[in-house]
Parts: sequence; structure tokens; C-alpha cells
Amino acid sequence: MIDLPWDFTAIPRFFPGFYVAALLTLQITFFGILVGLVLGLTTGLMRLSKNNLINTPAKAYIWAIRGTPLLLQLMIIYYGLIDLVSIDRMPAAIIGLGVHNGAYIAEIFRGAIQSVERGQREAAMSLGMTGAQTMRRIVLPQAFKRSVPALGNQFIIALKDSSLASAIAVRELLLRARQLGASTMMMLEMLMIVGFYYLMMTSILTLLVGRVEKRLQVSDYRE
Amino acid sequence: MIKVRGLHKWFGDLHVLKDVNMEVSEREVVVVIGASGSGKSTLLRCINFLEYAQKGQIFIDGVEANAKTKNLHMIRAEVGMVFQHFNLFPHRTVMGNVIEGLTQVKKLSTEKALSQGEDLLKKVGLSDKADVYPAMLSGGQKQRVAIARALAMKPKIMLFDEPTSALDPELVGEVLQVMKNLALEGMTMMVVSHEMGFAREVGDRMIYMDEGRIVEEGEPKELYNNPQHERTKTFLRQIL
Repeated sequence: MIDLPWDFTAIPRFFPGFYVAALLTLQITFFGILVGLVLGLTTGLMRLSKNNLINTPAKAYIWAIRGTPLLLQLMIIYYGLIDLVSIDRMPAAIIGLGVHNGAYIAEIFRGAIQSVERGQREAAMSLGMTGAQTMRRIVLPQAFKRSVPALGNQFIIALKDSSLASAIAVRELLLRARQLGASTMMMLEMLMIVGFYYLMMTSILTLLVGRVEKRLQVSDYRE
Repeated sequence: MIKVRGLHKWFGDLHVLKDVNMEVSEREVVVVIGASGSGKSTLLRCINFLEYAQKGQIFIDGVEANAKTKNLHMIRAEVGMVFQHFNLFPHRTVMGNVIEGLTQVKKLSTEKALSQGEDLLKKVGLSDKADVYPAMLSGGQKQRVAIARALAMKPKIMLFDEPTSALDPELVGEVLQVMKNLALEGMTMMVVSHEMGFAREVGDRMIYMDEGRIVEEGEPKELYNNPQHERTKTFLRQIL
């Protein structure tokens, strides 16, 4: 038998030990997405405004965030702003991931809103609905539905991107693997454990998004 | 009921309405015909302020309104509109479509709105479809729902923008029948349509538009049988 330099029996043994780190990963992702959704909807709507005072800040935000790496953004928030405000690592990670995803989600929402046919707006307006009512009751529900596949994709990216929080000392999955890997001298084994965790979480997320998509399709069924 | 004075509309450099003057009196059914691009749909859309005319005046029931009018949405609510492509809300059931304006604009309770909705669906012969989504309906059924949705607001006038043009031929009749019934009930209507049978049967007046102008108008049978202008003659020959 070939003597491998790895001890894969360590994988099941150490697997449960990553539980707390996995929870941290989920927390960063969940709250990051939440912040991203709020920011994304707000800036997505601002971006569509005809008023330059409103759409310019949104455009600038999307331009700056999409044009720079998340790792850099996290470093700026955690290390760069230290003289201005000292933000704890967890909130810094959540803000960073949220602000980052907000820019992408804004573009997802913008595209979805623009894809709703003009006639929908006109029909609502012809009934006497105000612009705000039309947006809230007619355009946004249809836009949300159309944005679900793209949002699901973005959520999966966000989940994986949360690993970058390891660079600002958040002991989520990746940092935990590197620390344990170094102390046990079993780097590959620990990294593989983390890989399994990510695969599990992304699979569940994919499943959930698929379910939501299905549920939203009720109004499309033909007999 | 509706008065249009010296209306001009440009889309960029394109001059689509050129000094349009017209009126629709109460209980009158006016049919507008004309080639595509003649401005007939634009005129209808201007009257409901889905487009804003750059020049001229529009009076709805004696009240002038334009792009700057406050609470323009309340004026729109008084003018019902039926579109060529129905524009039903796909995420709402048939009943949901019909009561949307009642609950949101008229602020009726759901209970009251539902009872009115039932009457309206009965009127267009679709009581059994209340709970299905528009995707399951035929084109004719969709358009009847759209008519019920517009009627729910108890509009002072109904505008129809080519209501049967997107329908399969065998479905045109059911929509025209609903419109005829409406006309017989005394609804004020302005209809952009080339359905000559409908125009002659229930139309009080027919307007022929060409290149953004009203070229000729008159009693439908008269205009149809005895057009005065060469362009009207040519057009009527073409659509037959």
C-alpha cells in the first residue's frame, strides 16, 4: 500500500469541530444578504429615477463597488477606517458583504423592474393608481419574481465570498481551517472539511431558491 | 364629456398629432379609424394622459387637465381604458384584476369590492373564471376581464384602443358583444377600431384620421358609404 502523507480519517473526526465556524459563516452571509437586499432595492430604484440628483449617487455606488475587490472593501472598512470609527470584525464583515452585494442586487432589481412590460404600468395608471401604488402593487411583485433566479445565484456567491472575512480575523470556516490545519499539521484535511461544509450549504441554498421559484410560478400555469 | 382643442403631440421630431379638435358628448359612441401611424392611438393615450401632449387643451367633463395637473391619477380614474394587448396583471387572479382599482383607488373594503367584482364578471360572462389567473384565459376572455376591470371604476367614458386587433378571428365577436351591450346601456365610448360592423351598428359618429389630423367625420354609415375625401375613400377601400 502506498503511504499517503494525509490522514483522511481526520476528516470525520474533526468535522463536528467546525460547527461554530459554520454558524459564523451563515451569520455573515445571512445578515450580509439582508443588508444587500435593502441597499440593492433602494439603490436599484434610485438608479431608475429620472432625477439626476437621485440616480447619480446610485450609479456612483454601483460603479465603485463593482469595480473594486471585496477583499479591498473589507480591509478599508476594518483597517482603513480605524481612525474614524472602530468597527468590530463581525459587523465589519457584515457591512462589507452587504455593501458589496447591494451593488449587484441593485443591478438585478433594476433589470427585473425594467423587464416588466410598459403596458402593466399603463394599465395600473389608467385605473387611477398613483406612481407609488403602481410600483408597489403591480411592478415590484412581478419584478421580484423575475429576479429570483439571479438573486439565488447572488446569494450563493455571497455565501462563498463570506470566506474573505477570514482576512479581517473573523473565525468563520476558512480561517478556522487554516488555524486548525496549522496546529494539527493536517492542512489539506481541514481545508477539505471546509469544502464539504460549503458544498452542503450551497446545495441547501440552491434547493431553497428552486422551491421559491416553483411557488412563484403558480400564476403561470396553463390548463 | 371630452373636449380636445388644438392638440399637438411630438415624439422627438415626429409630429404625430397636428392640431386635433374633437368632442365626445355624453352617451355618444365615437369610432376612430385610420391607418397605423395616423395618430389615433396616440390621441386616445393623450386623453388618458398616458402620453402628454405638448400643445393644446384637454377637458374631461368640463375640467381641463394636463401633465401639471395635481392628482392627475384621480382624473385618469374617471377615464376607463382598454388596451390592444389587454395588459392584465399576471400575478393577480381574474377577480384580483377586477377589484384592484376598487380596493386601491376607491379604497373600498375587500368585501364590498368582491361583491361589485362578482357583478362585473357576471356582466362580461366570466363569473366562473374569478379565481383563475389570466394565463389560463383565451384572448377574448382576457379582454372581457380587462373591460370589467376598467368598468369597476365607474368611469365617465371608456376608451378602447384596438380592443380586438390582437384576437383570433373567432374570439372577436364575444368582445364586440360586451362592447355593444355597454353602448346600449348608454356608456360614453371612444373606440379605435376597424370593426366596421360594430361602427355601423352602435357608432354615433366615425372619425377618420390621417397623418395626425382628423380628415373627416360623420355618421358612420354616411362616412362609410359616402366618404368625401379622396384619402378616406382610399383607406376604406384598403381595409375591406
